[in-house]
Amino acid sequence: MGRAICYFCIGLIIALVVCILYFITSRGIATFTQNHVNVWGFLTGSDWNPGAVDAHGNPEVGALPMIVTSFAVTILSALLATPFALGMAIFMSEIAGKKGTKFLQPVIELLVGIPSVVYGFIGLTVVVPIIRKVFGGTGFGILAGTIVLFVMVLPTITSLSVDSLKAVPLSYRQASLALGANRWQTIYKVILRTAAPGILTAVIFGMARAFGEALAVQMVIGNAILMPKGLVSPASTLTSKLTTDVGNTVMGTLPNNALWSLALILLFMSLFFNLLVRFIGKKGSIKK
Amino acid sequence: MNPKRTNNIATGIIYALVGIVVLILLFLIGYILFNGVPNISWRFLTSPAQAFSAGGGIRDQLFNSLYLLVLTLLISFPIALGSGIYLAEYAADNWVTHLIRTTIEVLSSLPSVVVGLFGYLFLVIQLKLSFSILSGAIALTFFNLPLLTRSIEESLSSVSDLQKQAGMSLGLSDWRTITRIILPVALPGILTGVILSAGRVFGEAAALIYTAGQSAPSVDYGNWNIFDPASFLNPMRPAETLAVHIWKVNTESVTPDAHLISSASSAVLIIVILVFNLGARFIGNWLYKKMTATR
Repeated sequence: MGRAICYFCIGLIIALVVCILYFITSRGIATFTQNHVNVWGFLTGSDWNPGAVDAHGNPEVGALPMIVTSFAVTILSALLATPFALGMAIFMSEIAGKKGTKFLQPVIELLVGIPSVVYGFIGLTVVVPIIRKVFGGTGFGILAGTIVLFVMVLPTITSLSVDSLKAVPLSYRQASLALGANRWQTIYKVILRTAAPGILTAVIFGMARAFGEALAVQMVIGNAILMPKGLVSPASTLTSKLTTDVGNTVMGTLPNNALWSLALILLFMSLFFNLLVRFIGKKGSIKK
Repeated sequence: MNPKRTNNIATGIIYALVGIVVLILLFLIGYILFNGVPNISWRFLTSPAQAFSAGGGIRDQLFNSLYLLVLTLLISFPIALGSGIYLAEYAADNWVTHLIRTTIEVLSSLPSVVVGLFGYLFLVIQLKLSFSILSGAIALTFFNLPLLTRSIEESLSSVSDLQKQAGMSLGLSDWRTITRIILPVALPGILTGVILSAGRVFGEAAALIYTAGQSAPSVDYGNWNIFDPASFLNPMRPAETLAVHIWKVNTESVTPDAHLISSASSAVLIIVILVFNLGARFIGNWLYKKMTATR
């Protein structure tokens, strides 16, 4: 009896995932199957105006500006967050021992606990005005998005990096120290290298989070569907476009279908990040 | 550069990085509390929101958030418990289990907008639940399930095998061993997981915009008829939560005191989540002491 209940629950979760994949995919490909938009044109076009047609009579649905912006904020925030996250992780696992972990664990948990709208609100009231003052312009743009996402992905990358540093066997450290290496040499030449695949997975998890984050980015990115010209010009990510527009279009029309296609890109990227993590994890697992 | 100097410099840099992160956190919490708390008043918490004029409160949003949280936990906890028990106790180490774990991982890494859009498509449109608390709760369940399942599984598998063997040796069935022996021991861990996930659900907004909706019609708090559209308990009414309210006030609304409302609401949100976080720790420890002979 109990066993049956448990099987039912797990079955439910699997059915759910299949359902999500099916529904998003079926709506997402409608742009290409029903509205006959060229897939390549969709991915590489830079004009987004689904209500209108261009000179050749094709609908103007080019998602490239949003794809580029999404990748830009994701990669930049991961680049910015990784040194900090690594510093935190090394501090927790190698330098400060148990006490430091006890002190920093709540810091990480609190950073995770702050809701994304609150990050967006602080970005809007603190980060954007500062950028406006320093660089001119409106202050909205990729730079503001990067800074907000930096804080949001920091705890993800940190906690996963700590796990992978802690998984490095103690004997490695002892061997290195016995050879006369000092602490930094041990950390840099032995521990970080052994943990490298784990740290890479941590960074990818952070990137997946940054890529999928919607509201905080939507509040500071400026929401202009233009090819980003610099870090401080208003732009738009896949997620910000979705949050802003799904409510304003009619189900089943091209403008709406095109949005679902953006959602499909998001879904594929999320699956891709998952695959990548799996692949690296398999290659780099520590053999004991 | 000699190794000793490099060591000192590297250590210094690491301390600096850690210091910066701690400062960022202190700034964030300080900023929210200092800006928000002075604006929180009893009137703010208990008066309805205003669309066009200043001075609106967050009564309905606050209630909606809590109600949604309760509904979400009611739906997701049993499913997560069943799945967690399956993964910790029944699952064999083969490709099926591997596939199941992958599926759960995929679900947990899906962006919350995608989950929200799926909820919109499936619940709001296909199942005709319309923008409602129920749609929101089910959508949040999707995103809460993997987190909850994993934390339940972890607390269950951290229970010592000896306890299980003791149960078996008394002649109890698998299921009875699990429900009577393992589950009670794992309870503090499970509860901690539930409260932490509650904090996440409370602050979530992206998945709710297109499922629970962005409007909060005034409701009657004296009307206990769950099927009445005006009742505060009716799960079929559209409901804007506190987190969605902050987002909306900052992006779309014309309320003149938007900054005031969002700083005070952010402070309320953060305080509730801090209470959840501390509560999880406290209740977990307390239950553990109370229920086990150790310590």
